[in-house]
Parts: sequence; C-alpha cells; structure tokens
Amino acid sequence: MTRKDKYDVVVIGAGPGGLAAAIAAKQNGAEDVLLIERDQELGGILQQCIHNGFGLEIFGQDLPGPSYAQRFIDDTLACGVEPLLDTMVLDITSQRRIFATGRHSGFVDIRARAIVLAMGCRERTRAQIRIPGTRPAGVYTAGTAQRWVNVEGYMPGSRFVVLGSGDIGMIMARRLTLEGAKVERVVEVMPFLTGLTRNYVQCLMDYDIPLHLSHTVKRVIGNQRVEAVETVRVDEKWAPIPGSEEIIPCDTLLLSVGLIPENELSKKAGVLIDGLTGGPFVDDTFETNVPGIFAAGNVVHVYDLVDWVSEAGRQAGISAAKFATRIRRRETGLVPLRVGDNVRYVVPHQVNRESLAEAPVRLQLRVKTPIESPVWVEVRNRDHLVLRKGELYARPGEIITVEIPIKAYDQVQLADELTLAVVKR
Amino acid sequence: MKTVDIIIIGGGVVGCMIARALSRFALHVLLIEKEDDIGTGATSANSAIVHAGYDPVTGTLKAKMNVAGNAMWDSLSGELGFEFERRGDYVVAVGKEELALLDGLQTQGQNNGVPGMHFISADEMRLREPNLSPHVSGALWAPTGGICDPFMLTVAAAENAVHNGVSLLTGTRFEDFIFDQRRIVGVKTNRGDFACRWVVNAAGLYADEVMHKAGVRPEFKICPRRGEYSVLDRAEIQINNVLFPVPSEKGKGILVTTTVHGNTIVGPNSQWVDDKEDRSVTGDGMAEIWSGAQKLIPSLTSRFSIAVFAGLRACGNAPCQTPGVKHNHDFVIEIPAEVQGLVNLGGIESPGLTSAPAIARRVVDLLQDAGEKLAVKRGWDPIREPRPHFRRLPREEQIKLIKADPRYGRVICRCEMVTEGEIIAEIHAPIPALTYDAIKRRTWLGTGRCLGSFDMPRVVDLIAHELGVPPEAVSKKGPGSEFLVRKTKEWEVPA
Repeated sequence: MTRKDKYDVVVIGAGPGGLAAAIAAKQNGAEDVLLIERDQELGGILQQCIHNGFGLEIFGQDLPGPSYAQRFIDDTLACGVEPLLDTMVLDITSQRRIFATGRHSGFVDIRARAIVLAMGCRERTRAQIRIPGTRPAGVYTAGTAQRWVNVEGYMPGSRFVVLGSGDIGMIMARRLTLEGAKVERVVEVMPFLTGLTRNYVQCLMDYDIPLHLSHTVKRVIGNQRVEAVETVRVDEKWAPIPGSEEIIPCDTLLLSVGLIPENELSKKAGVLIDGLTGGPFVDDTFETNVPGIFAAGNVVHVYDLVDWVSEAGRQAGISAAKFATRIRRRETGLVPLRVGDNVRYVVPHQVNRESLAEAPVRLQLRVKTPIESPVWVEVRNRDHLVLRKGELYARPGEIITVEIPIKAYDQVQLADELTLAVVKR
Repeated sequence: MKTVDIIIIGGGVVGCMIARALSRFALHVLLIEKEDDIGTGATSANSAIVHAGYDPVTGTLKAKMNVAGNAMWDSLSGELGFEFERRGDYVVAVGKEELALLDGLQTQGQNNGVPGMHFISADEMRLREPNLSPHVSGALWAPTGGICDPFMLTVAAAENAVHNGVSLLTGTRFEDFIFDQRRIVGVKTNRGDFACRWVVNAAGLYADEVMHKAGVRPEFKICPRRGEYSVLDRAEIQINNVLFPVPSEKGKGILVTTTVHGNTIVGPNSQWVDDKEDRSVTGDGMAEIWSGAQKLIPSLTSRFSIAVFAGLRACGNAPCQTPGVKHNHDFVIEIPAEVQGLVNLGGIESPGLTSAPAIARRVVDLLQDAGEKLAVKRGWDPIREPRPHFRRLPREEQIKLIKADPRYGRVICRCEMVTEGEIIAEIHAPIPALTYDAIKRRTWLGTGRCLGSFDMPRVVDLIAHELGVPPEAVSKKGPGSEFLVRKTKEWEVPA
C-alpha cells in the first residue's frame, strides 16, 4: 500500500483506545484512516497483559489481553484502516501536520483533517516517587517486568518486593509467583488499596502475598544488583515513623506506583493539559482545545478497565470522522463540569449543550477518599439535582460512571455549570 | 611481560586527556581502567560545567589550571566533536549581604586572569532569567564559563588516543608497582604485569592509595565528598543559564544550570562520606538541594524531577605550594623526588574537568623537564569525528540519515529520541559500549522522564543480538548487574 500524504483521520497509538478510534472513524464516514503504532504489532500494552479480566463490559466475556486486542485488530484490518507499524511520531502541529519515523517507513510527513491522540500512559518511576539509595540493576517498573516475562520470556529477578498496590503490580506479583519467584510483600504508602479489589483477592490473597498498607520503601541497597530494600511505616502525611524500619532481602524492586498520561506530543500541538488528570481538557466528543485534535483513552486520564478505554476511543473516532467530513453540530456552547465533594476529577471537562439531543452523555470520575458504605453520585446545576445514582461504595482505585440522560436536555440547556459530588447515603 | 613506555592508571577525564596528549608522541602508551568502561567515576556524575576560574584561591595550582584549561575548550571541542557551549555563567546574590561578597569574587577572578567579568544589576538579571527570585540583588557575570558533555569529552579523547596508537585496557585494576630499587619499572594488575618506564597516577578517588604504594606523600588522603543532583523534565521547566549562588566556606553551593541536553539540573550538596563507592542518594540530601535551588529560582519544585544521581569529589589534603597562599586542598601534579618514573596526580576535584586539558599539557611538560625526549609522531591526527545524534539533527539531516541507514529511523528511547542506529554505532565504536549504562552515557537514552522503562527491554535485546550473547548476560554496569536471571518456565516446583 502506498502511503498518501493526506488522510481524513490519523490515529496515533494502536492500543485499545486507538484501535477503537480507527475502526469508528472508518465506519463513520472517514475515507482514509491511518493508524500509527510505534511497536511492531497492533494492540499496544494489551499484548503483554496475558491475564484475564478484559471485555466484561463490552463483550460480556472474561478475556485475556491479547484476545481482547485481537477482536479489535481483526476489525481494524477488515474495515480498511491503514496501519503504519514500527513508527514513532516525532512531532505534530496544531495545523495537524504529523512527522514520524520508522525503520521500514522511513521519514513520514503527512497531513490529517482530524487527529485522534491515543498514546496511552507511562508508568511513574523511582525518581518521581523519590526513593533514595543506590542505583543498581533490579529496580524495574511493573510494566517493564511484565514485558520481559510475558513477551520476551525472561525473569527479571528471583526474590521481589513490590512497591505500590496498583493493578499491574498485583497482577505481576501473581505472575512472578506462578513462574517460581518469591514475592516477599507488596507495600503501599496509602492507607488503602490503589488498584481493583478483585486484583487484591485474586492476585495477593490467593497466593498468600502480604500487603502492607501505610508502608513505603525508604532506601534501595546494593551496588551492582539490588540486595535488599528498607521499608518503613508512614503516618497520615506519609512521614516515616522512626523505629518501624525493616530490611527486606530481595534482588528486585518492582514499582507499581501510578500511571501518567503520555502527552509530550499533545503539548507540541498546543493541546492544553489538566494538571489533575495529566491529560488534555476534552469535551464530551473528546475534542481538545485544538480544533480537529481529539484524544481518547489513557492519554486523557488513567482508566481502571480497558473496556472504557475502547468506548472512549470509539467516541473519539466518531467525532474525528465527523470533523474530517465536515459534519458539524449546531453550536450552542459548552457547559463546564466542576468537581464537588470528594471528587478528584471528572472527564469530560465540559459538555456540549446540544449533545443530549442525540444520546446520553457519559461522565467518569474518581473520588479522593474511599467511602466503604453506600453513596450517592450527584450531578447538580447549582441547587437543582440533575441526576443521582447510587453506588455500594466509592474507592479511589475504581472509576465511577454516570450518564446524563436525554431527558435532562432542557436543564443542561439552561445550566451555566454542572457540579459532581459523591456523598454518603 | 608486555612492555610499554608509559602506563596511565585511571580512565576518567584526566587519564583520557593525558592519554590523548601523549598520543602525539612516538611512545607506546597504555591506559588501564578498573571498571568495564571509561569515565564511570567523577567524570560521569558532576555539574558538567566549564568553570571560568574566579572561584579557586589566587596562587593555587587549581586557579592556574582552571584558567589555562578553560581557554583550551573551544579548540578541544572542535577537534574532538563533543558538546560544549561557552554561554557564560552568573554568580547570583540574594539580599544585601551577599551582594557585598561579589566584589571580592570579581577581584579574585581578575587576579586569576579570568577575562571579561562584570557586575549585572538585579533588574537586568531578572530580564535575562525571568524565573529568578525577586530577592536577587545583583550578579557577577563571567563570559568564559560554559557547559559541556563531560562523558563524551572523555570518550572522544580516549577514542582519539586509541586512534593514534594508545592501548586501552578496561576491567584492569592496578595492584602494585614493580620497582628496580627506587625506580618504577612496571605495574602489577589483576590482568598481569606490565613493564614501563613511566607511570601516571590519574586514579581519581584512589589516587592516594596508588601514590602510597609508591611511597609518595604518606600523609596525603582523598576524602570523598558526595554531591547529589536532581535532573528536571525539560517539558516542565527550562532555565537557560548557569546560575551559581554566592559561594561560602562549604564550596560553590547549590547551583541551577542548564545542560547541553537541554535539561535543567540542580545540585550538588556536599557531604563527606567514608566509602569511595557510596554514590547513594539520600532524602536529606534531596531536601537540601531543593531548598538551595529555590533560593535562586523559587518556582522550582521536586515534582519536575525525572532523575536523581550522586557523584563523589576526589577531595585531597595537599597544601598549596605557593608561598603565602593558604589553601589545603590544592591539586597535586608533580614528579615526586622519592621515586623515579612516577607522574603523580591527586586531589583533582572541581575544577578538575575544566582543568583536564591543562593538566594533560602539564604532564607532558613535566615529562619533558624530566629529560624524556618527546618526538612528535608522524601522521598524528587530532580529529575525532562525532557519531550522529538523531535528536540533535535538523530535519533534512534526519531524513538523509534514515535514507542512508534505516536503523536511524527506529526510535528505541521515546523520551530522548535515541534511535537503534545510534545504539548499534556505540556497541561497535572504537571503544565499544557493552553495558546498558555505557550506552546510556554515550547516547543519553534512558535519562528521560520514563527513566528507561520503555527502552530497557529493547536495549537489552539489541546488545544481546549485536554481541551474540544470551539476554541474561547483558548487564547494567558489568558483572553482577545483569538485568535478567533466567528464562521463564525453567524452574523446578519445590517438592
């Protein structure tokens, strides 16, 4: 296939968000859709997620990562999306010009009518959480270890301590145990679990791996290879409690201390980033502040379930196709969404007043602190309740989803802002 | 026993610069380095600044070497093809008391022979660096200050030396001297004995141990002084200047500076440590450098930090030999009277990097003064061609490079945009980079905001492939630091 120099829609990143976006763009009127992926195959990080737990929301099936990805890869290729593999995007401009490079694709310089950013996220590192000590081999992010074990077939250590109760860390604790390694413990600086409860049950409890909440790693020990780590209990302000130090012999420290949306490219195009989510400000069509540049998936905010990433990608793909084929909705302005009680952030950041004429609008939020009893998730237009949804609990590790129903159209037309809150029932 | 003319102990920036200076002459020179790569000590962890020379006490060897060395950097960078920018530096005063101290510093600089220094007003200073603290009261400007890539200078100097006939042995540890009465006639190493006529002690942190084995300066002691640093994400903040605080008794203080890689770095603090290998980073140290940095640039926050590191200064205790000058940490660069056949260096802490070319020249002079007939070699080539760095090239050059070699089109390190072509070029370079850290120091891969979590498996794979070894044999920094322990599935379920 010869590459064109102009495309209706270019999607950057072929993980779950990008695949869904490319398919949706193609199916909604975009003629030429290019999907650029830096790796040598489609699917993104799903290809190394060989555990199950994917697809319950979208397919009603419990699939491993590669199987989940393959369904989208098959659709992508069948519907005529043009993949460009092993190619790294170097730069994008606000005029939607894209520069990329690849070993086989050479230097790429193309224009797009619309762009979907789907670069996903990266893992927070040792420097970002500032663990003192030496710098030996054996300090890896959980995702790097996952690639080694599941894709390359190598063990990065024999005796592990995992810092952080994020999902990848817990899943890797189980995976490494199954491969004959000893996982000494998982330590978490927060007084609560930061990943999904189901992963705690299935990955730690079932394998007798201890979880130490309100603990952190104070120091890495060893010059060539990790020889031990020093853990310590912390108070509510994360300050180490003297006397609670423990030296844990191990050869590897795995870090599962959070994910950061990967937006260095977005910034080059002038896309504005929300400091709370680490991702672009988007409206309910997933358009950023730069016209014609859309963003979806973990590049916008870090999701808990891949199904939601695919769903966001689909939405962004539809929006990009509409933009590229010049189908515009009636401009009636945007209603900003505000965070109220116990809400850390909400995505999207604003809602088109006219969107409810077509379909309900989905809002996704994370809470600041856990509430282990039934809660109300409320959306208010000043004092008027627009929507109230019950949940059995609210935990920072799990995203809460609510939908503004079509019947709220009139209220949203009149609102100058909507506020979200999560309160005890 | 293998015989050479001169053995240099230590492949840091000083040892490699001496090797290059000696490569000009018809001599057989052998450079030995205990680590698996050159430049892994103080050379690889410092502020990367070419100092103007106002800081050392007038009359010290440090002051002389600093100013003389500083003047040599332009031609050095041109010949050896490494990054060097003579962008000047500032000593920034905060408050009235500090302002008064700038005069003394300027006078000292002028006495040392530093050209072009002058005072900059607080208002002008804030125009030049808008992020500066509102309490800044003025600054001293030294136009000859600069920034560089110290590690690539070292690699370039060593490559040029090897190109001109110097032999380099890494993984080779000095153990003792071989004497013929009071004359040194060789050295013992973990890889056998070598005969020679001269030995140059450029052992950095271990210079005291080496000279003691020769019976020289038994009172001399290197006390490692650790300096911790933090590297900031260039997408978050870019300070475009070299900013020193007003120096105190403790030293030059916590500076905020840009680097040739475009990152801002802050540091170093200064802490005596017992262990010559203790390059660990501490929580207290980090707090210290952040509060120091915020004194100059209040908007700096540790949230911008993408990496931390620590280096060790090889701080000596040699008194200055100039009569009337009180300074107890001067450089030692001498041919001592106690033995024959030793060129002895010690206490080469800051400004050692800046001084390195002048130190190398002085070593040549000392040898000549000692009666060594140094004949310039025919065909000596001062030029070392740099290898391309994809990220630094203009777009047209990038396109050309990829056309010529498609491996330069595949990006392996996403944050620093380092390509497969660059990595493979370093693995097969005249001084091959055989470990992850060796490639990192040469290409700057893995230094960005993901700290190598993306490139690491890919680089391990590339090294294994290029060297024809299994991935389990690939290490971060030599034996004992392998990344991987075994294949999956290859284990026995305990009974």
